[in-house]
Amino acid sequence: MKRDIILAGVGGQGILTIATIIGYASVQRGLKLKQAEVHGMSQRGGDVQSHLRISDQPIHSDLIPEGRADLIIAIEPMESLRYTSFLAPDGWLITNKKPFVNIPDYPDHDVLWKEIEALPRSILIDGESIARKVATNRSMNIVILGASSPFLDIPPEELEAAITTIFSRKGDTVVEQNLAAFRAGRAFAEERNLATT
Amino acid sequence: MKRMLLLGDEAIAQGALDAGLSGVYAYPGTPSTEITEYIQRSKEARERGVHSDWSANEKTAMEAALGMSYAGKRAMACMKHVGLNVAADGFVNAGITGANGGLLVVVADDPSMHSSQNEQDSRYYGKFALVPVIEPADQQETYTAASYGFDLSEKYGTPVMIRVTTRLAHSRAGVELMEPKPENELRMPADKRQFVLLPAIARKNYQSLLGKQAAFEEESESSPFNSYQDAGDTSLGIITCGIAYNYLMENYPEGCPHPVLKIGQYPAPRAMVKRLLDNCDRVLILEEGAPFLEEQIRGLLDTSYKILGRLDGTVPRAGELNPNIVAASLGMNIQEGMPKAEIVRPRPPELCAGCPHIDSYHALNEALKELEPGRVFSDIGCYTLGALAPFHSINSCVDMGASITMAKGASDAGLFPAVAVIGDSTFTHSGMTGLLDAVIENSTITVMIVDNETTGMTGGQASAARGRLEDICSGIGVPKEHIKVVEPLKKNHEMNVATIKEELYYRGVSVIIERRECIQTLKISKKLAKEAEKK
Repeated sequence: MKRDIILAGVGGQGILTIATIIGYASVQRGLKLKQAEVHGMSQRGGDVQSHLRISDQPIHSDLIPEGRADLIIAIEPMESLRYTSFLAPDGWLITNKKPFVNIPDYPDHDVLWKEIEALPRSILIDGESIARKVATNRSMNIVILGASSPFLDIPPEELEAAITTIFSRKGDTVVEQNLAAFRAGRAFAEERNLATT
Repeated sequence: MKRMLLLGDEAIAQGALDAGLSGVYAYPGTPSTEITEYIQRSKEARERGVHSDWSANEKTAMEAALGMSYAGKRAMACMKHVGLNVAADGFVNAGITGANGGLLVVVADDPSMHSSQNEQDSRYYGKFALVPVIEPADQQETYTAASYGFDLSEKYGTPVMIRVTTRLAHSRAGVELMEPKPENELRMPADKRQFVLLPAIARKNYQSLLGKQAAFEEESESSPFNSYQDAGDTSLGIITCGIAYNYLMENYPEGCPHPVLKIGQYPAPRAMVKRLLDNCDRVLILEEGAPFLEEQIRGLLDTSYKILGRLDGTVPRAGELNPNIVAASLGMNIQEGMPKAEIVRPRPPELCAGCPHIDSYHALNEALKELEPGRVFSDIGCYTLGALAPFHSINSCVDMGASITMAKGASDAGLFPAVAVIGDSTFTHSGMTGLLDAVIENSTITVMIVDNETTGMTGGQASAARGRLEDICSGIGVPKEHIKVVEPLKKNHEMNVATIKEELYYRGVSVIIERRECIQTLKISKKLAKEAEKK
C-alpha cells in the first residue's frame, strides 16, 4: 500500500489539519509516514503545500517526485492546479470550489472551474455550503477530507476515529460537527460513483 | 520502545532532552524555530527546569550556551543559517576555547531561500571553526545526532555542529526514542584558564584544536552517520550528503546498482572517499546546499576529470535538491506530470488583513509622497513585505539591524530625509547598537520601529523589546521629545502622517514607535482570554 498526497491551499487555510488526521489514522494502522510542511514566510497568505507520503514500505524522500502523486487534495481551486505536474497519470484531484481571492489577477472563476472539471479524474466540491448544511463553515476542510477519503485506502471508520481523537479537546459538539462534515463529503464523492480504487 | 511522529526540528529537541540537555538558547528563525518551541512546550523540560527562554539574538544565545557548557552541563544553541553569521564570533572562538559540558550548535540551512535572504551552507562554518559537523539524513538520524553529538563534544572537549536543511527540519516522520539520560552535574573546567583566550593561551588552545583534527577524521571514518554501500556497477559511484541520500534511493526503489558513500559526518572520511574514487570510473556528488565536499575533492586544480556535481553543471549550481533533480543528474527519464495550467497565477505572501504594518506603511507613503522615492531602509520581518504591492514602501532588506545603519550611512552621504523601518524584535536583536552610532554622531535619520509586540514572521514568539522600547531609545540617547509613540490605525492616519512628517525634517535622530499588537497574536490572546473566562 502506498499513497502520495499533495495537500494544497493558501497560508492560514488549515491544510495541515487534513494532514494530521490522515497521518494519525495511518500511524494507527502501522503504516510509515513522511510529511513535509511549509513554515515561515509563505504562511502569510501565500501559496502553501504539504507532501504527505504513506506506505507499508520504507519511504525515502520527504518530497514526492513529479508525476507520482496519487492525490492532490486542495482547499482552494487555483491552488489545486498549481501542483498538477506532481499528479500521476491515474491520479485524482479533489478540490474545494470556492476561490480565495487575495491577488488582483485571480483568474475568472468559471474558466478556472472548467479547467478543473476538464481533468480526467477530478472532483470539484463546494465544501463551504456542504459544511454549512451539516455543521459550520469552519468544517469545510473536513468535507474535502471526506470527499478524498474513498481514494485513501484507509477504512472510513478509522479516519472517523482519528477525527474524534484530534477534535476531542474541543468538545463533543465540535467532534460531531466534523464527523458530519466528513460523512457528507464522502457521500458527495460516492454519489458521483467515483469511489473505490 | 516509545515511538513519536516528529518534525526534524522536534526530533533534535527530543533527542537533546533525552540526552540530558540542561538548556537551549536561540533566537527564532525559519527553519530552526520549532526546535526551541518544542522544548518550551515540553512538560518534561519544564519539570526538569531546562532553560528554553528566547535570547535577544543568536550571538547572545551562542555565548550563553558556551557559558552553560563551561559550567559542565549539556547546552545547545539553535539558529537559522544566517543567524550563524550573527553568532559567528562566539561560535568560531568556542572552537578555540573548546567545550566542557557537551555543546551543540544546531544550524538549519534554507537552500532555495524559502524564508531567507541567501542559501549559505553552514558546513563551511564548521570547517572554518575546525569542529566536527553532523548532517543527518532523516528524522531518526536527527534524533540520534543530538545524543551522539553531545558524547562527541564531551569526548574531545569541542563544540559540535548539527546541520539540517529546510526539508528535514520541516518534515515529519516516525522516530524511535532511546532511554533518557540524566543531566550532567555542575562541574568546572579542569583548567581554569581554558576559556581565557589571551594570545598565549589561545595559541596553545589552537594547537590543541589542530591536533584533534586527525582524531575528528578518524571519528568520521567509523561514524554511524557515514557508510560505504558497495554494489556491482562501478561505472559510477555516488556520494550523498545529508538528505540527498533519500532522493537518490527514491530513484532506486530496488536498491542502488552503484556503490554509494553516504556522508553525514565531517571532516569528510578521506579513506572512504578515496575508496569510492579508486573503485569507480566516475563519481557523482549530491549535496543539499553548496558544493562544499565537491570543492574539497576536486581541489583547486581539479585534475580528476571524473567528478560530477554542482560545479560542472551535472547538478544545478543553486537551490535545494529533490528526487527529480537527482534523477536528471543520473540521466534517468523523468516521469512528467501535467504541465501547470496557464491560468494559475503566482500568489506571493502578504501582510494579514488588519495587520498594523499596513497602516504604518500607508502613513509613511503619504508622508514621503512629495519626495523623490528611494529613501526607506528596512529590515527582516513581516514588514519586509512592504517592498511588494500595494505598498512599494521600502528600498532595502539586508540583514538583522541593517535598516538603521544603512540609513545612517546614506544620511552621512547627504541623503535627507533618510528613514529606517525596523520591527521591535529586530531592533532589540541588532538595531540598538546602530542607533547608538547614530546618536553619537547626531545623524539625521528617522527610525520607525514598527512595534507589533511580538516576533511575528516566525509565528509570534516573545519579543525582548516588549514594554522597553521608549526606555531603550531614551537610554541610548535619543532626545525624549523625539521619541514619538503612535497607534497605526486607519482613524489615526492624518495624525500619524503629521507626526512622521514632523520628525522627517528634524535634524537629528528621531524615533517613531508605531505600536499595535500583531493581529495573529491578538487573535490567540483573545481566544485564550475567552477560554479562561469560561473556566
